Amino acid sequence: MSSSAGDTERILDGPRPADKFAPNLARRHRSGRFWLLVFQAATIAGIIALGALVLSIGNGAFGYIAVQNEIDPATLAVDDVGLQDLPKEELVRILEENVSEGLFRRLEHDLPLAERSRQNVYDLIMERVVEPKTVQQWTLFDSLFRQDAIVAEVSGEYPDAQLRFVSWLDPEFIVTPQSGDAMKAGVRTAILGSLWTIAVAILFAFPIGVGAAIYLEEYAGESLINRIIQVNINNLAGVPSIVYGLLGLAIFVRTLQALTSGAFLGFADPSTANGRTIASAGMTLGLLILPLIIINAQEAIKAVPYSLRLASFALGATPWQTIWSHVLPSALPGILTGTILAVSRAIGETAPLVVVGASTFITFDPAGLFSKFTTLPVQIYQWTSRPQDVFRNIAAAAIIVLLLLLLSLNATAILLRNRVSRRLS
Amino acid sequence: MTALQQREIKLESQAQTGIQIQRESLAKRPRIREILIQAFLFLCGALSILVTLGIVYELGKESMLFFTRQQWEVTNRTLVEDVPTGWISFRISQSGARLAEGDVIRIGSEVMQITAISGNRIAVERGIQETEPQAHDAGSDIAGATRVTLREFLTRTQWNPQIGKYGIWALVNATLMTSVAALALALPLGLSVAIYLSEYASDRARSILKPVLEILSGIPTVVYGYFALTFMTPLLRALLGVNTVEIYNTASAGLVIGILILPMVSSMSEDALSAVPQSLRQAAYALGATRLETAVKVVVPAALSGITAAFIVAASRAIGETMIVAIAAGAGSNFTFNPFKAAETMTGHIVRISSGDISYDSIDYNSLFAIGLMLFIITLGLNILSQYIVRRFREVYE
Repeated sequence: MSSSAGDTERILDGPRPADKFAPNLARRHRSGRFWLLVFQAATIAGIIALGALVLSIGNGAFGYIAVQNEIDPATLAVDDVGLQDLPKEELVRILEENVSEGLFRRLEHDLPLAERSRQNVYDLIMERVVEPKTVQQWTLFDSLFRQDAIVAEVSGEYPDAQLRFVSWLDPEFIVTPQSGDAMKAGVRTAILGSLWTIAVAILFAFPIGVGAAIYLEEYAGESLINRIIQVNINNLAGVPSIVYGLLGLAIFVRTLQALTSGAFLGFADPSTANGRTIASAGMTLGLLILPLIIINAQEAIKAVPYSLRLASFALGATPWQTIWSHVLPSALPGILTGTILAVSRAIGETAPLVVVGASTFITFDPAGLFSKFTTLPVQIYQWTSRPQDVFRNIAAAAIIVLLLLLLSLNATAILLRNRVSRRLS
Repeated sequence: MTALQQREIKLESQAQTGIQIQRESLAKRPRIREILIQAFLFLCGALSILVTLGIVYELGKESMLFFTRQQWEVTNRTLVEDVPTGWISFRISQSGARLAEGDVIRIGSEVMQITAISGNRIAVERGIQETEPQAHDAGSDIAGATRVTLREFLTRTQWNPQIGKYGIWALVNATLMTSVAALALALPLGLSVAIYLSEYASDRARSILKPVLEILSGIPTVVYGYFALTFMTPLLRALLGVNTVEIYNTASAGLVIGILILPMVSSMSEDALSAVPQSLRQAAYALGATRLETAVKVVVPAALSGITAAFIVAASRAIGETMIVAIAAGAGSNFTFNPFKAAETMTGHIVRISSGDISYDSIDYNSLFAIGLMLFIITLGLNILSQYIVRRFREVYE
């Protein structure tokens, strides 16, 4: 007999209804404790998943690399003076001796060596003569816990190689454009492409979305068409993003090609004349976030107290004057918060942009609405899908850039929300 | 002096001092500006309907083209005699695919329609579909025109555009595999988290745990794709053996989709559970129920409509999820029930085909929209179902 049943006996006198369930009580409490553990474990599992996600990104973005030089720089030293400290004339001579005649002439043609700086010549030697190559790379996890094995592996397989710990994410990674060589590739084009498409999406979706929200909250009666609009917006928010991609492909890229390729303005750049431009991508994203902006803006407008409108009407203001001067200013921070959340959704979108036709490889900055484009998530997708492991490392670095961008946007949204709630309370 | 005269004098003096008195009627009159603004705002709202119509129209139009586009397939039949330009009847080889009256065939670049068949002799109408009659040599191959039928599309299990096989089940099956894996992970876990947060956790714990979990839903899906490929797949391969688990597989993609939709399930379910009034819990406690019994036998049933709606929305999200499967589930359709083999889902196929250079005038292009239409119908159906359940079965407490 369990102790809790004994307690019950001592407390109760006479015929004891408690006896009927008392034998079960211990079991019921046990199962209660067991399931509480299950529920807690589920919650912890969710947090572990988040942790694993963060770790897997960090795991790829940092780690050891083995770099092997085509020619050991030490053999290029003159009279025991290292390459680092040689004067420019010596460096030019080394360059001339070690590269082919054709290449030397081409370098001379690009910019005469006499006019180049010492640093520039030094970089040329490093790039063309020493030619460092990454022969293998390791994850952060391996680099930390299997250090000895890595050192042994390198000295066994690549005796000439140097082991170096690198962060794939560095300032250079952010400012250099895309490249076929993972060591030199950066996300400059992708970041600019993301900013351009998002700007177009906001310019397109924000006025229309807020307009629609005002209509639905302030003007719409209970008519059939208004109900249809409301239901329709809720359903649009649940349509998979790839379907928007197909819509963008059919409408913006194909049907409106003359507009989105810039041909109607005489910008007929043959490389982008197929309509797969920033304009198409931005408007596709705009359609995608339109329902989100409308729903968020409706919530913000709903939160404005009705007495404010009544007061304005009582002073003789027209409906639009009331909305413009009283409702919108009060709702604006809420609308902006909702818009920022929608935008952070758009920044992370990949599938619709791939369908609309993001370029797989561009190295030049987007010049305007009618340029080809790539964006940060598209770049991450392409790097992740490459078979070579080294591209996973730069994909991880690009993911960190993307997450930092999103984090700063969300922080802005939270700050805005806090400011609003302080002011309204 | 009458009162009226006095009033007029007063008005005049006011007018002289610069105060304008409006004598207009105060009755309602049309204001052009207000009407224009209202019309513009209505158009903004109506645009959303245009978007829906645009989706339905484009998906429908291209799908129609997909089902009506003429394709040529090998019949294994050949001409047994030379056919000059003028002939409208000639003999063909016996064996091969069955031909029937009215069939359209192609010899060389010329298209003809069969008007009569008698044994191995056929009568044709020459040079149709904007082609010119030409002379053909004996031994020329005869190609037969086919179309993708709706029946084939909806019942077959092989999807291979190169050899003209368009059975959507190969793709739908892969989508179901990833979605079932996702839901098998996310539904029990999500509901458990929701019950814990709503029924057990202190306010302080909830205020920390909920936003932390919601971070998961704010992370772009392409990041989850990376996670699936670099973490989940190696984990599965380490646990179950590299021979069992392929590098690209639906289980890994599905489980990661499960992590993606977990916060959605837990957050929506938690909202439903929190909406159950406190009096119901107190009544259960008063009858001697334990905390678990109160949660599972009273609160969860009371919030069932909201929880079901959360499950359905999560299912719709899992089916439409694209980047995770595009990265981790593999390329190339494969009709298999083995979750550790590569298989391409509907969304994965659309992304892979459209990321190449695709010609607008091709059946590949049309087929993307047919798949998209299928996807649109499934997800829209699920979303409408969830809204219906919330409306129809919601328990309203005061």
